[in-house]
Amino acid sequence: MATIEIKNKAKKQAKAKRAPAKASKAVKKGTTISGSQAVLEALIAEGVSTIFGYPGGAIMPIYDALYDYSNQLEHILVRHEQGGVHAAQGFARTSGKVGVAFATSGPGATNLVTGLADAQIDSTPIVCITGQVFAHLLGTDAFQETDVINVTMPVTKWNYQVTDATEIPSALAKAFHIARSGRPGPVLVDITKNAQIQQFEYPGYQQCHHVRSYRPKPIVRKEYIAEAAKLINSAKKPFVIFGQGIILGQAEKEFKAFIEKGNLPAAWTIMGESALPTDHPLGVGMLGMHGNYGPNVLTNECDVLIAVGMRFDDRVTGRLDKYAKQAKVVHLDIDPAEIDKNVKTTVAVWGDCKETLPLLTKLIESKDHSKWHKQFKKYAKEELKECIEPEMHPAGDVMSMAEVMAALNELTKGDAVIVTDVGQHQMVACRYAKFNKTRSNVTSGGLGTMGFGLPAAIGAKYGAPDRTVVAIIGDGGFQMTLQELGTIMQFGAEVKILILNNQFLGMVRQWQQLFNDKRYSFVNITSPDFVMLAKSYGIEGQSIDQRSDLKTALKTMLDHKGSYLLEVMVGKENNVFPMVPQGSSVAEIRLK
Amino acid sequence: MKQQYTITVYAEDQIGLLARITIIFSRRKINIDALNTSSSEIPGIHRFNILIDETEEVVKKLCKQIEKQVEVLKAYYHLNDEIVWQELALYKVPTSQVTEKMSVERILREYGARVVSINTDYTVFECTGHREETDKLVKLFENYGLIEFVRGARVAIIKDSEGFHKKIKEFEANEPGGEVIENEFLSQNTSVFSM
Repeated sequence: MATIEIKNKAKKQAKAKRAPAKASKAVKKGTTISGSQAVLEALIAEGVSTIFGYPGGAIMPIYDALYDYSNQLEHILVRHEQGGVHAAQGFARTSGKVGVAFATSGPGATNLVTGLADAQIDSTPIVCITGQVFAHLLGTDAFQETDVINVTMPVTKWNYQVTDATEIPSALAKAFHIARSGRPGPVLVDITKNAQIQQFEYPGYQQCHHVRSYRPKPIVRKEYIAEAAKLINSAKKPFVIFGQGIILGQAEKEFKAFIEKGNLPAAWTIMGESALPTDHPLGVGMLGMHGNYGPNVLTNECDVLIAVGMRFDDRVTGRLDKYAKQAKVVHLDIDPAEIDKNVKTTVAVWGDCKETLPLLTKLIESKDHSKWHKQFKKYAKEELKECIEPEMHPAGDVMSMAEVMAALNELTKGDAVIVTDVGQHQMVACRYAKFNKTRSNVTSGGLGTMGFGLPAAIGAKYGAPDRTVVAIIGDGGFQMTLQELGTIMQFGAEVKILILNNQFLGMVRQWQQLFNDKRYSFVNITSPDFVMLAKSYGIEGQSIDQRSDLKTALKTMLDHKGSYLLEVMVGKENNVFPMVPQGSSVAEIRLK
Repeated sequence: MKQQYTITVYAEDQIGLLARITIIFSRRKINIDALNTSSSEIPGIHRFNILIDETEEVVKKLCKQIEKQVEVLKAYYHLNDEIVWQELALYKVPTSQVTEKMSVERILREYGARVVSINTDYTVFECTGHREETDKLVKLFENYGLIEFVRGARVAIIKDSEGFHKKIKEFEANEPGGEVIENEFLSQNTSVFSM
């Protein structure tokens, strides 16, 4: 009980802190301030409200300054820097704003690397600020010194080391501009301790809108739009595949108008999911290794493939030399490096899809593709019979992940934010979750980071405080970052944790079953009593293994005021199907 | 088909950018044959010359990845016949050999070499040219007890280029014009990065 009291007290404190600041004005130009203060002024000027962080020696001056800013900036003390960066990602994904994380030098900064890599591959706008040893100690193997700039170089869109306080306002302005513009991505700014302490005459804060060598948005060329439209209009079997670019470009409406006018069937990648409501009549499902049957098979039958804001990841294309070879390819992307990277494009439309889609919509003709649509329906029917039905109604007493998702859908009605970890539960959740709203599916797509789920869900809740956030996590991934239960305890983020426990590292086990003669090598994982664990953090919960308890338990979880942990014991050796085995073509997708 | 390509990169003068560019190659396990960094025709803008042996498809993708770096303005790639290039080499040979055995005058004339330093112990020759030319001199000096040899990276001028003066103005403008955003590759796939 003591823990619950602590939690409530902390919550109250957090609330009190969040009360609107009284006339806290930006520091005036010409005032002498410290570098640390300049950092916080920059964050406020950029509209940052929440920081996820962890203090330490080299970032102490910033934390000292933060003490005076707690009425304007909410700081969430995570339990591990990886949790901080994942929370910043979750925040960015649901809010559409730049997520911010603080960490100290050395181990604090290296703990960010996984999250940076995840944000880099999934184009998530975050700014990480790390403390660094005094400038005069750089390169001396000083205490907690790591060459963070070089360590994070391959996993950041941009990074920069500040050694003088006067650089702080412009460096941070540039950092935010680069993180959120164009194809978004993670930015890291490393600030030496002397720069944090240094007093300087504050020049005021100016947002950055232009960096000479950086061109976030290519100019749209009308002639290529016309060429693309011509191709689409000539198509008998057009097929649209879309990714997160729609969400990042805030072009959900434009995209819907585009496919509706052309009557074009559209399938999403895992990152594009929720850009289009999942029950939209033109939505034909998910692409990729564990995507739906029709969209995968028909990729190799369409005559014009229209890719929007997606990057032809190998988990989507399967065997590349057998991918959509019959089709002409139209590729809309903001990043020139994506054009022709994996799949040869017939017509490339460079640019922000918010601008290009309406131009394209104008030029395409409304056509009846009912015969083509029927083909998708035929495959959907077959998938339903062979794959979905058996998963929804398993023969035995043991529950399947799919039926848990179906029951959850009934209760959320598709309005919740679903955050997942990585593995079988992730694939099942993304296959079955209903989404009505955009920015509702938060998952680690490109990097496949186990341990992403819980901290990302915390961030997702801060990014969308009015929405229900359900974190669906496996028993393996949960144990990678479960320390963040402490963050929930202290700051009260209302996250519904749904652990789908199959007592295995299920995805690897599935592969070992299918491809390694069932040689289960180190995939058998034991777990603590998750409910007791949650209780020790003052979080209510229960564990169920009976189907008859499922609906009530889910309802209890969703209705509970505050965080809740529900563990559902599911079939130990269930597999996720359909599946495109690695090295196979999308047409060779297996239903069982 | 793998061929020798010279990549020319125009970039901001920024600490760490060289590493950002080289990891694009090392990540793909591609060896850089030679790399030169220097100033360019525009004050404050750096120019990298990178020499690699690869297929055009790979080179094109590498250039796009290089251009994607925030501090890079532009990356071009060219075949050998599209550029004028030089490599500088220095050779240190014992002076005793030079004075007693070598026909110095013939070497200077034949190879276009120069003598840059003469000491009692050693003499330093310099030769500028293509790889074959500087290699030939290595062979020759080996007969005279070559002590040290070093060759600089390739520096190259693009035959068709009108320089970066016009382009930099476009980059500096808030709304860059079409020149900057070259997506001409649709109609002429091969000349995406050429001028």
